[in-house]
Amino acid sequence: MSTPAPPGLLADSVGDGALDVRRAAPGRARWGRSVRRATRNTLVVLGLLGAVLVVGMAIFADRLAPRAPDDQNFDLIESRPSAQAVFGTDRFGRDVLSRVIHGARISLYVAIASIAASMTLGGALGLTAGYMGGASDNAINRVLDVFFSIPALLLAVGIAAMRGPGVNSAVLAIAIVYTPIFARVMRGPVLAERAKDYVEAVRALGATRVAVALKHILPNVISPFVVQGTVALSQAILIEASLSYLGLSAQPPTPSWGNMLNEGRTYLETAPWISVFPGLAIMLTVLAFNLIGDGLRDILDPSS
Amino acid sequence: MGRYVVVRLYSMAMTLLGLSVLVFLMLRLVPGTVVEQLIGADAVVSPAMVAELKRFFGLDQPWWRQYAAWVGGLAHGDLGTSWRTGKPVIALIAERLPVTIELTAFAIGFALLLGIPAGIVSATQRDRAVDNVTRVGALLGLSVPVFWQGTMLILFLSIYLRWMPPVMWVDFLTDPRRNLTIMLLPAFCLGTASAANIARTTRACMLDVLGSEYIRTAAAKGLRPRLVVLKHALRNALIPIITIVGLQIGILLGGTVVVEEVFTLPGIGRLVLWSIYQRDYPLTQSTILFVAVMFMSVNLAVDLLYAYLDPRIRY
Repeated sequence: MSTPAPPGLLADSVGDGALDVRRAAPGRARWGRSVRRATRNTLVVLGLLGAVLVVGMAIFADRLAPRAPDDQNFDLIESRPSAQAVFGTDRFGRDVLSRVIHGARISLYVAIASIAASMTLGGALGLTAGYMGGASDNAINRVLDVFFSIPALLLAVGIAAMRGPGVNSAVLAIAIVYTPIFARVMRGPVLAERAKDYVEAVRALGATRVAVALKHILPNVISPFVVQGTVALSQAILIEASLSYLGLSAQPPTPSWGNMLNEGRTYLETAPWISVFPGLAIMLTVLAFNLIGDGLRDILDPSS
Repeated sequence: MGRYVVVRLYSMAMTLLGLSVLVFLMLRLVPGTVVEQLIGADAVVSPAMVAELKRFFGLDQPWWRQYAAWVGGLAHGDLGTSWRTGKPVIALIAERLPVTIELTAFAIGFALLLGIPAGIVSATQRDRAVDNVTRVGALLGLSVPVFWQGTMLILFLSIYLRWMPPVMWVDFLTDPRRNLTIMLLPAFCLGTASAANIARTTRACMLDVLGSEYIRTAAAKGLRPRLVVLKHALRNALIPIITIVGLQIGILLGGTVVVEEVFTLPGIGRLVLWSIYQRDYPLTQSTILFVAVMFMSVNLAVDLLYAYLDPRIRY
């Protein structure tokens, strides 16, 4: 019986570079291919640069930000972007640029913590299910089915709403959404790998089951798993932003991109810059991780 | 095929049973009940009164008895009664469902209208300017947060066109024109990421098919390129595209929860969120189960459609 694909992740599994079309004359095709490779690399490099920038922003926020994120300057209330405040200020006279820089911390913390947790737990579940097979595989899959039975975003919002607002709620909610997805992503390849001759050979040599799973199967299935992790990271940043926007993640006065957008909504007509810059930050960060994910997928896809 | 459907329906039922236990227990692990929500933080109420209220809602019963009462009702087709509104849950869902379905339908319609042509053009013009613009556009579409996109569009429209979407909700039957103007922006925002996904998939599938031998044969026969692309290539590329579209419907159903909040549309997503905040257990439980049934039915329909379109697939 085929199980429905996990919502969200596999929806975009058809890689761009995976397919080659020999459409033009040989010379033009060769030229086209090298152009393609060059652009692809440029895009990955751009993505990496963006990601490094955001991570740097989060780590060195205190030094990079011109002011403290909650520092109120009563001479500059809702002031337009200017030399004094490059991204403008909000209605409490707080510097929007500084808040955007500090907001990177929440976004990255929630995304990395939740994806790391779900990759570990989901990976372990998937490895167990795929390698053990039989009853444990069945049991694990039935439990995962329950989590796949509601749309991912609704699940995340629901969990965060039940647990009450807070950064940890966001981490928990996103981790719960992604654990089943990673379990499925891990299980499939493990199932295929288990049937191969070398596994039987190592078993015959007397290796324990745990050793076979961790030392022999895992290294062979880990790379697509990691690529999915990068793609999931970008989605996790988006989900965190949504939760923040709905008031379910980091609480004011702690700046997060989502809650800045939520606060800015009230002043949209008088001070639109409060809403413009955090959104741009989210979009560019997600874009950077998407570019990396695309690039990695191309590299790992043997058919490209 | 018939056997496959029966197996799938059985597994859906088991999943729903699991989900019902999960949702039920999760709600009860959360501190606070409907009684505290009703009384409010400041009111001074005697403990006897609190106990009385808890008894009224059946909250003094052991959890398994509460669960049995709820599931017993479900088995008889009774979704229960909302504690905060006193209305039957089924009536509240029926009131909100058209909004969510309309939103999802418009969003998927928009995603198809934009995504499929964009993907086709992108594939046939590979590596030309149009292709690069489409691909960058699709990546941006995947990266933009839906609520920010909505905010920026409203900002842009109100500043440059001096036009604001109506704030008060009107349903389609009362005032179709007004309803459509309200729905336009939310559906566009909700559908953007799906349009991007569909465009990327269409492009990849079209490139795959365009590279195959029979397309070269068709072109060599002297058929017009338009005919080759639209008739010979697109038809064969359509199967994976339809799968993606089906999956997108499910994803959009979830996405509505955020879009409904942003644009204050009275749909199912906001109903769930509100019921959670109000600790209106019967409403939350039954509505989530209802959404799950919708979601799983869409997934099943996609799998069946897939087998129908590609006769090589047999269940």
